[in-house]
Amino acid sequence: MDTAEIIVTLAGVGLAGFVIWYFFFSTRQTASAVSTSGGLQQVDITVKGGYSPDVIEVERDKPVQLSFYRDEENSCSEELLIPDFSIRRELPAFKTTLVELLPRQAGTFAFTCGMGMLRGRLIVK
Amino acid sequence: MQPTTKTETLDIEGMTCASCASFVEKSLTRTPGVQRAVVNFATEKATIDYLPTEASPATLKEAVVKAGYGVTERAPDTSAADRQAELDQQKARAYQKLKRRFWVAAALAVVIMPLSMLMLWPSMMQRVNMLWLNYGLLVLTLPVLLYSGREFYTSAWNGFKHRAANMDTLIAVGTGAAFLYSVAATVVPGWFMRRGLMPDVYYDTTATIIALILLGKVLELRAKTQTSAAIKALMGLQAKTARVVRPDGQEVDVPIEQVQLHDVVVVRPGEKVATDGIIEEGHSAVDEAMLTGESLPVEKKAGDPVFGATLNKTGSFRFRVTKVGADTMLAQIVKLVEDAQGSRAPIQRLADKVSAIFVPTVIIIAILTFVLWFDLAPVETRLPLALVNFVAVLIIACPCALGLATPTAIMVSTGKGAEHGVLIRNAEALEKAYQVNTVLLDKTGTITRGEPTVTDFVPAPGQDAAQLRQLVAAVERQSEHPLAEAVVRYADEQQTPALAATGFQAVEGKGATATVNSQAVLVGNLRLLTEAGIKLAPALTEQADMLLAQAKTVLYVAVAGQAVGVIGVADTVRATSAAAIRRLQALGIEVVMMTGDNPQTAAEVAGQVGIKRYFAEVLPHEKAGKVKQLQAEGRTVAMVGDGINDAPALAQADIGLAMGGGTDVAMEAAGITLMRSDLQGVVTAIDLSRQTIRTIRQNLFFAFIYNVLGIPIAAGLLYPVFGLLLSPMLAAGAMALSSVSVLTNSLRLRGFSPVKN
Repeated sequence: MDTAEIIVTLAGVGLAGFVIWYFFFSTRQTASAVSTSGGLQQVDITVKGGYSPDVIEVERDKPVQLSFYRDEENSCSEELLIPDFSIRRELPAFKTTLVELLPRQAGTFAFTCGMGMLRGRLIVK
Repeated sequence: MQPTTKTETLDIEGMTCASCASFVEKSLTRTPGVQRAVVNFATEKATIDYLPTEASPATLKEAVVKAGYGVTERAPDTSAADRQAELDQQKARAYQKLKRRFWVAAALAVVIMPLSMLMLWPSMMQRVNMLWLNYGLLVLTLPVLLYSGREFYTSAWNGFKHRAANMDTLIAVGTGAAFLYSVAATVVPGWFMRRGLMPDVYYDTTATIIALILLGKVLELRAKTQTSAAIKALMGLQAKTARVVRPDGQEVDVPIEQVQLHDVVVVRPGEKVATDGIIEEGHSAVDEAMLTGESLPVEKKAGDPVFGATLNKTGSFRFRVTKVGADTMLAQIVKLVEDAQGSRAPIQRLADKVSAIFVPTVIIIAILTFVLWFDLAPVETRLPLALVNFVAVLIIACPCALGLATPTAIMVSTGKGAEHGVLIRNAEALEKAYQVNTVLLDKTGTITRGEPTVTDFVPAPGQDAAQLRQLVAAVERQSEHPLAEAVVRYADEQQTPALAATGFQAVEGKGATATVNSQAVLVGNLRLLTEAGIKLAPALTEQADMLLAQAKTVLYVAVAGQAVGVIGVADTVRATSAAAIRRLQALGIEVVMMTGDNPQTAAEVAGQVGIKRYFAEVLPHEKAGKVKQLQAEGRTVAMVGDGINDAPALAQADIGLAMGGGTDVAMEAAGITLMRSDLQGVVTAIDLSRQTIRTIRQNLFFAFIYNVLGIPIAAGLLYPVFGLLLSPMLAAGAMALSSVSVLTNSLRLRGFSPVKN
């Protein structure tokens, strides 16, 4: 094995390790819902190549209003899916789309783009 | 001069419950100058009629704010149709832009390709300066990257910031690597030469990949708009205006959003019915095919319900509005279909898990491919081989096919179902319907019309028919049972004078008792009489047996402890039932019937429609038990019913099908709602579910096998044995076609038509 091979091997393995850590194990941005006087839990989410924040905490049995602002035209994020609540919504680009739901039970529910590439989690406590 | 009123519509925000709506309404009504205020909680809109001399939009807003709620400034376009139209416009613009990007990439790739191949002709090469050719190719490739492919890189970068990777990440890394390598080979060819490498460039690869992937996207977008065509067509059915009769008798055309409950609306021949209501005067035939799939127009007269979006054919009529906006039948159908399209099918779970980790995994495989090629290939070719295979792996991987496999099929099929009057609650219901091998039919209202009529009225010898009719009718008038209604209808036809009944009591599954003319009157089945200790005279038994032999339901009548007559009631079998049951059996499904009738009636009806197995004398509360019994035999049971007392059985069944005009309770418990009262809907539902799941399976199989075979081949797994390598350009072609194939396969469901004879 020559020097170049050793360098490429080490760099490759290192890069693969980074990919695993970065996409699967690094910590994510979490946001808790803000409750309004009416008892509505509101969260603003920006959609641009992903959801920020992508982990959202809400309380059970209180209506939740998620406002998704889609800050891009890329077609990947045009659909929003929250399958556990039977929600499929199209998000117009550069517009805010309100999604309302009422979590009845505690648990973690995924929300994703139409193809399940962009992912976020709704944690109901 | 009489002051003219103005109408203002406000978008209210912050209402969380129906009582909030009434609160806002009160606050508005109390505002000086307001004549009428209606607040709709569902649409979050307030419609206010006010005198402009005393109130203004500003004072109205103030009233809303005083009540503790907010007013959203109205954008000029807020109706659902407008929003949809805007979304469609945005999509059309995006599609045009995508097409432009594709054509630019394709045009440049067509030039870049032959120029890159010059080296295949050594005689040509001698006349061309390699260095200048490479710079020329670089200039031609730049627009492909920066204009056509720009979105891949921004999207990949945005995703990366979110620790998310998508298809664009793969394309960006793949083409980015090929391009950067080529730029290095163009700018510092000496560095490559000194290491014994040819300074090869991959501009053609970069440009062709981008052009092909964009082609795939263009085709994909075009196909995707067709998957939701059905629901758009449904939404488009909504009438735009309604001709409302004002209190002064004037007929005014108003936008549909302003129609309110209890308004009277005029519908003339050939017009669309604006919203749901009850006919007050006039009669007509109405085409309800768009809601129920029933092709024959339905006769409507005063007192009959009409539904928004249906088409009035022959006569004109006026109806009183009973439902508006989100409460109408059309809106509910649209909502149900939308919900179903947003639901997740259990079959998709594996694909979902795979997509969640797909892209990072492919990146890792690509990196390892690079390392292995670099380490194992001969020194002089190791870098280009490592690079080409690295790019090929990234480009061939197609998470889209996996992601599109299930939802597109579900979308097409739920829309198609709605078109045929079959409303599927969610993807899971569709999957359950696919597994069904036994259909349990509640006889009344499904196989039969569910509208029994009295065919025989037989008093015992020595009894006066007219008098007996009076007594029976007095009891039955108090009952809500369909059989009782038939008796009452019969009595009315015979112009029987009414008598008063007291102490009415309904005995579940058996009949009813009451006191008429101070005599105890019992009307019901044989059990009712037996349990009251009443015996039948042989003459009556003989009559009853005769009626039973004709498959009629027999009501026994006892007055003052004596059996005094029998009534034969028959519920006619729907013309379509036998054929539909035959079709179900042809699909390999066992059809079982259950009924509250006695075994003779049950056998007769079962024989008429070709059913071999049936449960007779099933009491309403035993229905769910019968479903369990079939399930205990290891069957997957679909229960078809129509009434309130079916709800537990519908819920118990693996899949419940509630039949047309079904009650809300039954629709709640059912996975599938059939808009049309006819068993053909069951055939359609099961056939559609089978075709859909078959399509999904094909899609998933294809998407998995494509990636499972494609990625190793692209990584060069065949090279050691066959010397085969996959060009990244071929990989791009395969990738572009793979998601389109899945979509096209799903779109085949649009051609679904229910099996007929």
